[in-house]
Order: sequence, then C-alpha cells, then structure tokens
Amino acid sequence: MNMGLYIVQQGINAVSLGSLYALVAIGLSMVFGILRMTNFAHGDMMMVGAFGTLLINAAGAPFWLAALCGVAVGAAAGVIVERLAYRPVRGAPDVTLLLTSLAVTYILENLGILIFSSSPRNFPIPDIMNSAIQLAGGQITFTAINVVTIALTVAALALLGWFVTRTDVGLGMRAAAEDLGAAQMVGLDVDRLIVVAFAIASAFAGLAGVLWAAQSGIVEPDMGFTPLLKAFVAAIVGGFGSISGALVGGYVLGALEILIVAFLPSSVSPYRDAIVFGLLIVFLLFKPNGLMNRPQEVKL
Amino acid sequence: MATADHIDTDEVLGVRGLTVTYGAVTALRDLSIEVRRGEVVALLGANGAGKSTMLRTISGVVRPRAGEVRLEGDRIDGLRPSQIVARGVAHSPEGRRLFGSLTVAENLRLGAAQRRDRENVEADRERLYDLFPILRERSQQQSGTLSGGEQQMVALSRALMARPRLLLLDEPSLGIAPLIVQQIFASLAELKETGVTMLLVEQNINVALGLADRAYVLRTGEISLEGPAADLKRNYEEVAAAYLGVRR
Repeated sequence: MNMGLYIVQQGINAVSLGSLYALVAIGLSMVFGILRMTNFAHGDMMMVGAFGTLLINAAGAPFWLAALCGVAVGAAAGVIVERLAYRPVRGAPDVTLLLTSLAVTYILENLGILIFSSSPRNFPIPDIMNSAIQLAGGQITFTAINVVTIALTVAALALLGWFVTRTDVGLGMRAAAEDLGAAQMVGLDVDRLIVVAFAIASAFAGLAGVLWAAQSGIVEPDMGFTPLLKAFVAAIVGGFGSISGALVGGYVLGALEILIVAFLPSSVSPYRDAIVFGLLIVFLLFKPNGLMNRPQEVKL
Repeated sequence: MATADHIDTDEVLGVRGLTVTYGAVTALRDLSIEVRRGEVVALLGANGAGKSTMLRTISGVVRPRAGEVRLEGDRIDGLRPSQIVARGVAHSPEGRRLFGSLTVAENLRLGAAQRRDRENVEADRERLYDLFPILRERSQQQSGTLSGGEQQMVALSRALMARPRLLLLDEPSLGIAPLIVQQIFASLAELKETGVTMLLVEQNINVALGLADRAYVLRTGEISLEGPAADLKRNYEEVAAAYLGVRR
C-alpha cells in the first residue's frame, strides 16, 4: 500500500479522534481556568448528552433534532450541577471541590446505571452516518461520522472563538479566568460568568458524547470516564486553564494515539494508554504549565 | 432606603462601627469613618494596619462581622461586589490587578461592565485617554507588557470607567518610580478638581497628604489619629508616632 495515502488515512483518523479529546478538554480547562477546580464530573456530561439524544430520539424526534436537544440537556445538566453541588462549596479548600466533583461523578454514573442499567445500549445513528467514503480508489476509507465529527468540532470551536473574543460576556470570561478576584472588584457578575462557563463546557462535552456514541455505536453510563482522563492529559499537555492549550493538547493526544497504533509495531499498541498517561507524568514533571501557558503568576 | 436617624446629603460614604475578622484575627475593630462629597480622604498606616481590608469591605469582597457601610445613606454592606460597583463604588485594587493578557482597551471596557448608559462609555474612554495620553498609544497592547506606571494608569482608568461616585484607591504609588508617582498624583489632583470623591490608601504619607483634604491614621485595626491633611502635614512627628503607636 502507498505510504503517502496511508499517512493521509491515519491523519484523518487522528484529527477525528483529536477533535473529541479537544471538545472534552476545552470544557475541562475552561472551568479550571475560572474556578481552579478539576471537574471530574465533566466526562459524565458526555453520558448525559448521549442518553438525552437516545431518549428524545426514542420519543419520536428525528435523530438530528434529538442530538441537538441532547447537547442542550448536557449543558443544562452542567449548570444544575454547578448550582447544586459546586456553588455551595465555592471558596472552600481545593480538596473539598475535588472531592465534591468526584462525588458528583459517582452520583451521576450510578443514576445512569439505575435508570438505564449498566449494560451498553445501541446508539440509534442514521444509516447514512455509517456509510463509507472512499478516496484514491478505496485506499483511503472513512465514514461519514468522521467527517461530521471534524466539521462539527471546527464549527463549535469557531463559535467559541468568536464568543470569547467578540462579545462582552466572552471578554468577562477571559478576565475571570485570569483573575477572578479582580473580575469581581471590577464589577463583573462572577456567578453569571461561571454559569456561562459551565453551560458552554457541558454543551461541548454533550456534543463530544453524542459523537463518541455515534462512532462507537453504543451508550453506557460510564462512557465518559476514559475520555475524561484523556482530556485531562490533553489539557495538561496544552496548559491547564487555557482554551487554546486544550485545543492543541487534544489534537496532539489524538495524533499520538494514532501514531502508536498505526505506525509502531503491533506489540506496542496494547500500551497505548500507558504511553499516554506516561506523557502526563512527563509533562507534570518537566513542563507543568504545558505547551501554551506562560508560567503562573503567584496571586495573593 | 434612606434612614431617618442619619440624613446627611453630603455624606458619600459612611462607615460606622465596622469590625472585620479573618478567623481568629481581628483586622478592623469598631471603626468609623466618613467621606463627604468632593472630598479626598486618605487612610494612612503601616503594613497590616487594616487599610486594604477597609477598602475590600467597602467594595463587598470581604464581609464585615459587625457595623454598617452606607453609600449616600443607603446600606451597601451585604450586597455583592457587582451590585456595589453598580451603585457607584469603583475599586482600584492594591497591586493593580490588571488583566495582563487583555489589551488596555479591553481592560477599560471591563471597567464599564456595570454601566447602563452604554452610549457614554466611549466618550468617557476618550476623556481618560486625554488624561493619560500614553494609554491611547498603547490601547491595543496587552496590559501586562506595560511599565508599572502605565499599568497604574490603566488600573485607575479602569476604575474611572465605572463613573464612580466614590473611587477607592489602594496604594497607587506602590512599586512605581518617584517621577511617575508625581505624574499620577497630578492626574488625581485634576480628577479631584472635577469633583471625584476618593478614599485613598497610601504608604507614601507625603504624596497622600499633598492630595487629601483629610486623613485617618490606622493602627492595628483602629483609628489612632485623624484630622485635616494640612494639620497632619505640619505635624509630621505626630503622624509617625500614630503609625507606630508611640506615646509622646
């Protein structure tokens, strides 16, 4: 097989996978940027988005409408979690926030198991999404879902970029991410900015959940767990708290995983996750501010 | 809500019986001050005397344990910081606290976050650029790349963008070259002429008393001396003694 075409093929796979990691990592980083809190329940918004889509579709809505509603349900779930679980403990020591988010994860996943049982369910994607697209006489093959994933991610990122650079609320979010106390003193409504951050972050996770389920064909209550860990690595690699960093980190991670699977001897493939988490340790040791972040200033 | 027991239309800020604690530490003890319309009042004192705590309590970042804060007669203690800014109290914090990765223009835009009269915001920005012409030149530059003095001008302008009835200034001379300090205080004097009411926290007694009408000297959370700035300036030794708590 032609090596050049093989690289193109794997490049498409890498961008598709990286898009999912980037979508999840951006939300994780966004919330961390403002609250300095790692939201472990973030991955569960993927599950909420995917199950939301499944239920709304089962109730008779066409798939695309159901998916859109699923993303909205994910966003709403994030806002509710912030209101009920995180806001009451805001200002508490970091470890309290961390434990709270772990508790939320357990509650949401067990709620998922209670309602849907722990066995995977088929995700009702339209047949057209699974149709194969072949280029170069069949030497490059990908499915419509790959294209949709990449296109929707690019659209979501463009929208986010416009929002944070061109709107007053976006400007306020950047200010809050830089110095929450100063944002408060300037008169920004910090509570509202945090709600907006959770809504956007969770909508992105919800979208990632729908796309993830569409690619794998199944939905299950703990489907958000592994992507969350990967997104965490991506966010650290890019620079935790930075939106552009999370974006870069997501695609770097996607590329790395495909590289390991596609270009290294097959005996290395089983160690894919070990290598990814090894990368996390390397970054934490030698470049804790990530690729995109400037060194943190000490804030009093 | 105007109160019957204390109607004074010239009082902009009235702090009465304010006590603030951090855990077991009492930062302010039963403290009362007032600032009248058009006045510049200086709050002097050594490090840790509670000056910044006072400003942070007025702007709602810190909640008092006891006492009240009134703005033009209405109680504002207990309100959220954004609500207090909306009522007309702007705070230029210690260490400037600019949003360093945002441009000068963006920092100023954020200062107007609570303004309802959107149409006047641009004109106000232009007026501040006239006061600090260097900021007009640097308007599209990241504020973190500016010199200390320029950053202080941005911090000041950001607070003024709120069109405050009361401007809280925390250590505007901190870490800035003496020449620039003079320039900044000259601008503050210009602002004073236009009728801006200010409560100024300063370590630099000389420049503070040069600008202020009155001053309070704080020591370990209590007022140890107060009076017209001109009197205090003449009696420098007494001020120094009040700082350190030496009885003479």
